[in-house]
Amino acid sequence: MKLLYFAWVRERIGKPDEEVDVPASVRTVGDLVAWLQGRGEEYAYAFENAAVIRAAIDRNHVKPDTAIAGAREIAFFPPMTGG
Amino acid sequence: MTVRLQREDFDIGAEIARLSQGRTDVGAVASFTGICRGTDRAGGIVAMTLEHYPGMAEAEIERHVAEAEKRWPLLGVTVIHRYGRMVPGDNIVLVATASQHREAAFAAAEFLMDYLKTRAPFWKKEERAGGDGWVEARQSDTAAAARWSGRRPEAAE
Repeated sequence: MKLLYFAWVRERIGKPDEEVDVPASVRTVGDLVAWLQGRGEEYAYAFENAAVIRAAIDRNHVKPDTAIAGAREIAFFPPMTGG
Repeated sequence: MTVRLQREDFDIGAEIARLSQGRTDVGAVASFTGICRGTDRAGGIVAMTLEHYPGMAEAEIERHVAEAEKRWPLLGVTVIHRYGRMVPGDNIVLVATASQHREAAFAAAEFLMDYLKTRAPFWKKEERAGGDGWVEARQSDTAAAARWSGRRPEAAE
């Protein structure tokens, strides 16, 4: 699936997007965050305070317990500051 | 419904006029313009860059406009949000709503702005003399959006 990162999540990870093959044991958005945290220092830094990170699956806001099965695009970003 | 995301500036007068042009059923148009500030408590802001999530930003705004149209008898809605680099004095966002009467136009414009602030995927990065920094989300914005739903905001949402 495709992962997208925005704002300081993007800056900390060092890339705007990437394709990943996620193990079958990763079932929810929260599982995915935990899996990403183990991928390296930059991911650990981006997700060090996982409670503040927001997520969207296929361009809809979701919560950490949302299942990721069937997702094409999952985005992670800080709380929004537009308007 | 008109929802536009664009790098370039917009003409506030023309956008407001368009909502009542060629029709006689509109009795009220309310509008809000968000403008890049040059100062705040932390000092001077040289410029700001707005990042957005293309595709989702449009979809999210359209969902909120559809919700506003369900809640109030609206005859037209225009939302324009800019992205890219802006300097103090530049327009950032326009929300304009048309209805037969003012109550719906005012309320829908406020509802849309409150949701835009907390749910539309945009992020501001400020350039200051001391360096650049991402703007932090304000609890007061979350509280403003929550009053429309009648329940407390959820942290993970």
